[in-house]
Amino acid sequence: MTRDLTRVLTRAFALAALILGAVLVLSPFLWMLALSLKAPDEIFTPNIDLIPNSLHWENYAAAFGRANLLRSLWNGTIVCSGILVLQTIFAVPCAFALAQRRFAGRGVVFGLVLAGLLVPFHVTAIPIFLGLAQVRMLDSYTALIAPFAASVFGIFLFRQAFAALPTEVFEAARVDGLSEPAIVWRIAFPLALPAATAFALFSIVAHWNDLFWPLIATSNPALATPPRAILYFRDAESGAEVGALMAAAVVVVAPMVALFLVAQRRFVQGLAAGGLKG
Amino acid sequence: MTRRRETLTTLVLVGPATLAMTMLIFVPVVVVAGLSFTDYQFGAHSLNFVGLDNYRTLFTDPQARRAVTNTLLYAAVVIPGTCTLGLLVALGLHSLAIRAPRAAAVLRAAYFLPVAATLVAMAVAWQMLLHPNLGLVNQMLAAAGLPGQRWLSDRGLVLYTLAVIGIWQSLGYAMVLFLAGLAAIPPQLYDAAEVDGAGEGWDRFWTVTWPMLGPTTLFVLVITATGAFRAFETVATLTKGGPAFASDVLVYAMYREGFVYFKAGYSAAITMVFFVLTLAVTVLKFRVLENRVHYR
Repeated sequence: MTRDLTRVLTRAFALAALILGAVLVLSPFLWMLALSLKAPDEIFTPNIDLIPNSLHWENYAAAFGRANLLRSLWNGTIVCSGILVLQTIFAVPCAFALAQRRFAGRGVVFGLVLAGLLVPFHVTAIPIFLGLAQVRMLDSYTALIAPFAASVFGIFLFRQAFAALPTEVFEAARVDGLSEPAIVWRIAFPLALPAATAFALFSIVAHWNDLFWPLIATSNPALATPPRAILYFRDAESGAEVGALMAAAVVVVAPMVALFLVAQRRFVQGLAAGGLKG
Repeated sequence: MTRRRETLTTLVLVGPATLAMTMLIFVPVVVVAGLSFTDYQFGAHSLNFVGLDNYRTLFTDPQARRAVTNTLLYAAVVIPGTCTLGLLVALGLHSLAIRAPRAAAVLRAAYFLPVAATLVAMAVAWQMLLHPNLGLVNQMLAAAGLPGQRWLSDRGLVLYTLAVIGIWQSLGYAMVLFLAGLAAIPPQLYDAAEVDGAGEGWDRFWTVTWPMLGPTTLFVLVITATGAFRAFETVATLTKGGPAFASDVLVYAMYREGFVYFKAGYSAAITMVFFVLTLAVTVLKFRVLENRVHYR
């Protein structure tokens, strides 16, 4: 009897702790959302009110009006899709060859992939910056996209997916006279779509959220990616436009949150697999 | 003839990626290692070999050294914080999921949200949360009769504030990995433990769960460590390494010395220290992975 009671109490306590923890974790989101809808005079009163008195949507209009917010969302979209397309074009054929073809040097190439996983992007920043400066390509979309073309993590992930596919499928296609690139893109790639989705989510989130490289590679505000635009806005804002700044932050975070909520399982899979990356 | 065609096909498939990998990863690593022994400045037309001078500065100059010590201190707070909390939340959600899967799923999503959210934007939100006068945190402290703190401008406090934000951000990631580890524990083991009289609460945890989670725990530790060494966004957004270098960390110092002050050689040395630190724990991670292939 008492044992059952202890168990119920323990469970109730654990649940309460979990809910409290979740509220704490969500509090920056809630506070951001609340401030983004408050009028300035309400922000500057020392009251703890999570719910705004009235919804001050003007903050969102102000955020879009200033800060090149729309422009930065566009830049972010171009940069993320550019990177993803390049990474896929480079990684998929290589991964297919590593998984389904025998050739001299396969061990070496795979060794390079594994070694590459050990190198965080930060380590390569100075030489890549020098290289881009040499060819006068800094401050351009190319500078934001090209350095990420070779995703060893992508090669690794796709190789695993391709290795799990039965070889007979590809042999049958070869007998039918399909060229090897056609086999890669028309047969292997569609079959590895779950891995591709996980990789795409990983790549998009990583590059939408990145500040390090955009800060280094660009100085032109017109090329600002979303996080960079937030910083420009924050540095220009002198305290009078907190609501608008929070609105801009909400707008920048929203696509990633939406992506996460829509594709939770793949999303977690992609990001969890990303732990392999150095 | 067909042999040559085969080789050509392989080259078409593998060549571009291999070339890109070499140019974008391996050549830069060699270049940055070389630069770290020089006094090269961005834009300069010449450079001198200076031996270990850059490294000497980094480890002996009291100001420069802060980047190294702060990174280690930051990691020393974030790693245990993230792993302990991640494990506790995972344990709670794992047992909740049996009775209330919907509720567990909602809570899991809540804990994971910061992993997906743009850290720079969230850091700006944290800045308002921690604002000395208007922030929710100090207002709540005041309501409880406690003195407010200057969370981001107090030299003794700032690094810990950033570490708490770091834990907040990576907790959900650790949780997800622990949940996968928990799901992989065969239920029979718990039955066996019950027969042996270890069927309840913490007994059960120490006899079955904890030993079975060993590899997962090591994996999470290593991933959290590499993440902590890489701290940049919050520092760049909230403190710029200040006040007085109190929150300077390796990656931010690398950025500042290299790309604000253009001291490429010195920045390369900071890069190498960061690289060696990351490499040490990543190698550990791969040794763990070898023993445990089916981790997803």
